[in-house]
Amino acid sequence: MTPAIAQQLLFSMKRIRHVEEEISRRYAEQAMRCPVHLCSGQEAVSAAAGLALRKDDFAVSGHRAHGHYLGKGGDLRKMLAEIYGKKTGCAGGRGGSMHLIDESVGFKGSTAIVGNTIPVGVGLGYSIKLSGTDQVSCIFLGDGAVETGVFYESLNFAAVKKLPVLFLCENNLYSVYSPLNVRQPVGRDIFKLAQAIGVNATQGDGNDAAAVYHQIAAAVADIRAGNGPQFIEFSVYRWREHCGPGFDNDIGYRSEQEYLHHRQLEPVQRLQDKLRQENILLPADIAAFDLAIQEETDAAFRFAIDSPFPSRTDAFAKIYA
Amino acid sequence: MREPTSLAGRQLSFSKAINEALTVAMEADRNVICYGLGTDDPKGIFGTTLGLQEKFGEARVFDMPLSENAMTGVAIGCALNGVLPVMCHQRLDFFLLAMDQLVNNAAKWFYMFDGQCSVPITIRLILGRGWGQGPTHSQNLQAWFAHIPGLKVVMPSSPEDAKGLLLASIFDPNPVLFIEHRWLHNMVGDVPEGDFRSPIGPLRVAREGSDITIVSMSYMTIEALHAATYLQTRGISCEVLDLRCVNPIDWPAIFASVEKTGKLLTLDTGAATGSIAGEVIARVAMERMSSLRCAPARLAMPDVPEPTSFGMTEGFYVRAGDIATKILCMMGKEQGDVMASLPEPTPHDVPGAWFTGPF
Repeated sequence: MTPAIAQQLLFSMKRIRHVEEEISRRYAEQAMRCPVHLCSGQEAVSAAAGLALRKDDFAVSGHRAHGHYLGKGGDLRKMLAEIYGKKTGCAGGRGGSMHLIDESVGFKGSTAIVGNTIPVGVGLGYSIKLSGTDQVSCIFLGDGAVETGVFYESLNFAAVKKLPVLFLCENNLYSVYSPLNVRQPVGRDIFKLAQAIGVNATQGDGNDAAAVYHQIAAAVADIRAGNGPQFIEFSVYRWREHCGPGFDNDIGYRSEQEYLHHRQLEPVQRLQDKLRQENILLPADIAAFDLAIQEETDAAFRFAIDSPFPSRTDAFAKIYA
Repeated sequence: MREPTSLAGRQLSFSKAINEALTVAMEADRNVICYGLGTDDPKGIFGTTLGLQEKFGEARVFDMPLSENAMTGVAIGCALNGVLPVMCHQRLDFFLLAMDQLVNNAAKWFYMFDGQCSVPITIRLILGRGWGQGPTHSQNLQAWFAHIPGLKVVMPSSPEDAKGLLLASIFDPNPVLFIEHRWLHNMVGDVPEGDFRSPIGPLRVAREGSDITIVSMSYMTIEALHAATYLQTRGISCEVLDLRCVNPIDWPAIFASVEKTGKLLTLDTGAATGSIAGEVIARVAMERMSSLRCAPARLAMPDVPEPTSFGMTEGFYVRAGDIATKILCMMGKEQGDVMASLPEPTPHDVPGAWFTGPF
């Protein structure tokens, strides 16, 4: 990882964190009238994947997609406007937080049904194979999606056709409030399921952003070289509640102790400390990052808040192409 | 059962017309791909995909894993990058595994992403019937699909429409369910050559008449035409409207016909409750009540799963005799020789005596 990439990685992670925390802070204003699934604590995979992929590579995601969208280069103003239900949103206000799209950077869509963009991403991979380009199709999924039938169906097809597809699984241990141990056998690694299907698969620490970047970049290079699909499982942790702006350790499905343990693993601060120690960044650089992010985010929220709503008649348009 | 219009017409079977449409589409646009279980097997999905892989290669024409849901998502992903996929299922029932991809993704994508990208996929579903295919090889769920905003649902009843509507479906920018009735595959009729497309939407007046409007779709149109031919001998003139598409439905043409005849019978290949036949009656009652001179009626399958046994399916299907009897009743006429003139065919569970199973 070059110093320049390291700096971009930290900047992207800090930006995602700041946006998520700002959404959390403003959510009580009742102006963002859709569910939000925040990814605070899970920034490393989003930011690293965005940097390892090219703009013309494809990406699809699920309901917790803000980070994936921003990491890949999605338009922050349009994302916030979408969450506010505005006409200027990336989906014209029809989709909300769970349905993000930015075709200009290859972000082909995110949807709200767990697992259901996995085959769409594989189909994008098949279209790449047909067109003969060296693009990659990246699929962001969580540990819950691994329990859907379509996950296995999709991996199988990607393997049998050696498609240029990167499966990035963020294992944050929870599906809504259901812990992993009621959903999958204790001791069985997710990445080994992918391996057993015939997809090259590895595991990594999702809190070590530099390592995450190296792992994803290596996988992308391998896929681009024509060696078929890759699967990477990253261990991460969801800081905030499943859906909404707050914390939910008090409702009894996970312990405060567990939460505090994972908070300490803090991927953003960890990378920032590392880059400081290696003198890749000076305190003044970090302050400049923070200021730039603050200003951009404030402006994007203003844009979203000031934008008009679509009209009632817009609800009846664009049913058919 | 299309009435012969010209001796010089080029005759093809319904399944050959499908095959020709696929060939023409794949020749016209290299983005068209075709896949499904058995696409390249020796039977070629009842002959409809025979020879395609040899002509267009394994990348564009291929067999697939038994993964109906994922492979529908694959079609969607392909479509988002400019590919025009045609997916084939030997029975509609198998496709039920793919409802998530169809309903949550294919039908919604264009709308929920503000019209930025559409999903131009075509899904061929074959409706089974008879020969003991039973509860899970015979479901006619077109009303389910028509109920979902964003989908188009096409149901041809003639070889000409099979070709013209399939070509239109493949090049339509929306997700289209193209539903073929197994009992139509061997029917022969005139089929125009070349890249012949029929618009999705307008219905076809299969027979003009003045006394009653019969609205039908797919195979039921064949039975309706038999009934109409008989009823002509009883002095009743039936107008048979073949819907061709059950979403969208050609309401102006239905309303115009009902205004002319004042009577309406609707037919459906599926179960009565929640059927397209019921929807047609509802809309006509709401918007053309004053045109109706007697209560509208519908004939559809009973609200039970289709049984397998030869004994249990006797008299189970709606046939021409049932249609003619219902219309005579609506006209206040005696049944007369209707059941003798239009008996249920023997055997009753196949499209013709030439059909000896197993499919």
